[in-house]
Amino acid sequence: MTAEPRVYELNLESDLKNVEAADEMSRRASSTAGFDEDDRQRIEMAVHESLINAIWHGNKNDASKHVWVKFEIFADRLEVRVRDQGNGFDPTNIPNPLAEENLLSISGRGIFLIKSFMDDFRVEKAAGGGTEVTMIKRVVSKPKST
Amino acid sequence: MSMKASTRQVNSVTVIDVSGRITLGEGCAQLRQLIRDHLSKGNKHILVNLGDVSYIDSSGIGELVSAYTAVSNQGGQLKLLNLTKKVHDLLQITKLYTVFDVRDDEAEAISSFQKPAQA
Repeated sequence: MTAEPRVYELNLESDLKNVEAADEMSRRASSTAGFDEDDRQRIEMAVHESLINAIWHGNKNDASKHVWVKFEIFADRLEVRVRDQGNGFDPTNIPNPLAEENLLSISGRGIFLIKSFMDDFRVEKAAGGGTEVTMIKRVVSKPKST
Repeated sequence: MSMKASTRQVNSVTVIDVSGRITLGEGCAQLRQLIRDHLSKGNKHILVNLGDVSYIDSSGIGELVSAYTAVSNQGGQLKLLNLTKKVHDLLQITKLYTVFDVRDDEAEAISSFQKPAQA
């Protein structure tokens, strides 16, 4: 039998000032899940970038629209879902920020960072409308030092 | 903590000490304005000290790239000083470590700027 995950949830208005609340909850969730400092920072950054995308690109900074964030802490992983009320995007259709011609681009690194920092990343149409991003980070047991 | 920046002049080099968070919104806009102001005053040797930056997001990285390009386009030089591990790792992963001139020692960084040509 699989234990029920521990769940943290946030419902935020689309205002960049609210991103820090998600950053803070991300730190709590990743700490509870048992990640080390490096991974906690990577998870925070992935959640932060996803929130920015949801508010800025998904909801077009419209404060009447909301962003929902859900952290589910399982024994072996942390799953984070970020849902907005936007029209979605195709993550395969984003220019590679590491390509020579894009290296000096001002934007376009957010999804790349999320993919780099998390083990799984997917974008789907949400059931009730909008777009839902799912990010998963697995807990890796590190050998104890002698 | 939001972004704070103070500026000091060391010889021909403008040193901008940045602390706090460089993120989309206020932090990025503040940094952009600061760089513009210095360029308009003819200060084209700029050293950005990131030693007290607690957090930077992809927009903050983009702002550093924008500053680098703006200064280079005016024939100047922008260099970075005292990267935290977090910022260092981000520049590595985005391949920008190869673009920026990154320094750990302020005095050495100051002297690395090209001296203006003598009249």
